Amino acid sequence: MGPFVPEPISEQLNLVVALLLGIGFGFVLEQAGFSSSRRLAGVFYGYDFTVLRVFFTAAVTAMIGVILLSYFGLLDTDLIFVNPMWLYPAIVGGIIMGFGFILGGYCPGTSLCAAAIGKVDAMFFVGGGLLGVLIFGEMFPLYKGFFVSSDLGSVKVFQSLGISQGLFAFLMIAMAVGAFAVTTRIERKVAPDSAPSLAFSGFKHTAAGLGVLALGGVLIFLPDYKTSLTRKTTNPAFIMANPVVEMTADELAFRLVDLEPQIKILDLRSADAYTKLPLPGSVNLAQNDLFGREWSSLLSQRRVKKVLVAEDEASERTAYLLACQLGYENFVILKGGFLDFDRTILNSAGYVPMGNRWDEDVRKFREDAKLQLQKMIADNKTPANKTPKKEKSIQGGC
Amino acid sequence: MKTRYMNPYLAGFFLGLVLLATIFITGRGLGASGALKDIVVASLAAVAPAHAEKSTFFGTFLGAGKEYPLKAWLIFEVAGVLIGAFLSGIISDRLKVVTEAGPQVRTKPRWLFAVLGGALFGLGAQFARGCTSGAALSGMAVLSTAGFVTMIAIFGTGYAVAFFARRLWLSPKEGR
Repeated sequence: MGPFVPEPISEQLNLVVALLLGIGFGFVLEQAGFSSSRRLAGVFYGYDFTVLRVFFTAAVTAMIGVILLSYFGLLDTDLIFVNPMWLYPAIVGGIIMGFGFILGGYCPGTSLCAAAIGKVDAMFFVGGGLLGVLIFGEMFPLYKGFFVSSDLGSVKVFQSLGISQGLFAFLMIAMAVGAFAVTTRIERKVAPDSAPSLAFSGFKHTAAGLGVLALGGVLIFLPDYKTSLTRKTTNPAFIMANPVVEMTADELAFRLVDLEPQIKILDLRSADAYTKLPLPGSVNLAQNDLFGREWSSLLSQRRVKKVLVAEDEASERTAYLLACQLGYENFVILKGGFLDFDRTILNSAGYVPMGNRWDEDVRKFREDAKLQLQKMIADNKTPANKTPKKEKSIQGGC
Repeated sequence: MKTRYMNPYLAGFFLGLVLLATIFITGRGLGASGALKDIVVASLAAVAPAHAEKSTFFGTFLGAGKEYPLKAWLIFEVAGVLIGAFLSGIISDRLKVVTEAGPQVRTKPRWLFAVLGGALFGLGAQFARGCTSGAALSGMAVLSTAGFVTMIAIFGTGYAVAFFARRLWLSPKEGR
């Protein structure tokens, strides 16, 4: 499951990867014609919409790719870099860059491509870019406060708009295809002899546009990987069809008192509830953490019997099925959930005799277990509530 | 040989695949302006180390525990961009030392405007934490709001001021 940095691709090797991806980036930009300022500026005057076509096709392609990779569980989108937003600095910066684009005819990436094939104006543009960064840095105290104002974090656009990811993807595709159709008309009107779009095959392009739109229509109904798996494992029919292994409260108590090493409690209760009553040798994690990497070394220990504990049995079943769907094995759930364990063991005073000959043994066992476990819990509460270190999402940006 | 460019939709598709591969493998997007910053930081640290360390902006990228600024992901990526574009230029026979300008603009003014445009881009990209590649394109691919806001601001401004800059790019007849 991607991304593959920092594991298994090290930071060092990542630099080699950067070089190779950069070669691909530069090659495609140059092939697309982004090494010509006249062409780039054309997008603002209507005689050449190449930039718009390449730019939006690339953004839509990558966006669809990210959504599909995530849906098939190949890419963990929680780990990839989502550009954080400082709203007003982003707008002001964009406006300044807009002026730079129209005056200079390039943007930084395209100027590098153009400079590489010998465009002298592009070399001046790159030099100007360095100068601009220098000026920004030297004058930084002037706008130090503004620079970090309106910090909205790594928000996603569909959340900002309050719609689903799939619907947004569809709308973006529809807008791109619509823009392609309209700008081709404009271009042919503005430059009837030289419009690049004159070379296009109308039939093929229309077919491709409709095909992409259809794909966008599918995306509307495509939940992401986590949502779809969670939905599957909470579906009553699926739960019925997939029995789970159970462990009774008494058995768990017995094994805990016995300090059995090959058993690990995964406590899915809220952090608050967990801090109040942490079972000995347990770890606290949320259901969503099962997807992540930080617990995978624990989850994938096949010989350790992992006991899933939640307030109620239903949540345990969902977590059990989810863990199995994710390829992990050797789980059991605590029968009756933590509530039952709490009632029968930790507060065993209220033992109701079953009316058979083991009554006294069970009562006594629970009484002993209660005392021992209370001591173990008290010990467990004190120091190291050891959670593995949170995996940091990747830093990136320009 | 007359140079022909790739069909823009096909080129966009390939560009999207390169970007997707970048996100898939490394978890981050492509960029360009960040490398310019690294170069400025490294140069300043070499020429005027005391000044660079003291700077409220550049100083944050220097000092103990910080990697040498040129040993950065974007520096290697940008080196690749130069190589890739050069290779493409060879293949398509477009290597030529030339200044490209609008029909009404002479060489020296074109250079001046290129420096000016570059400087504005370099400056603006710092505010927006990225340029057309790192903020707009890569940001849009991962559906970040920042990517869309920056893209709209760049292109919106471009269209808003295009009329006033028309003599830079159009012939007298077109520009009127």
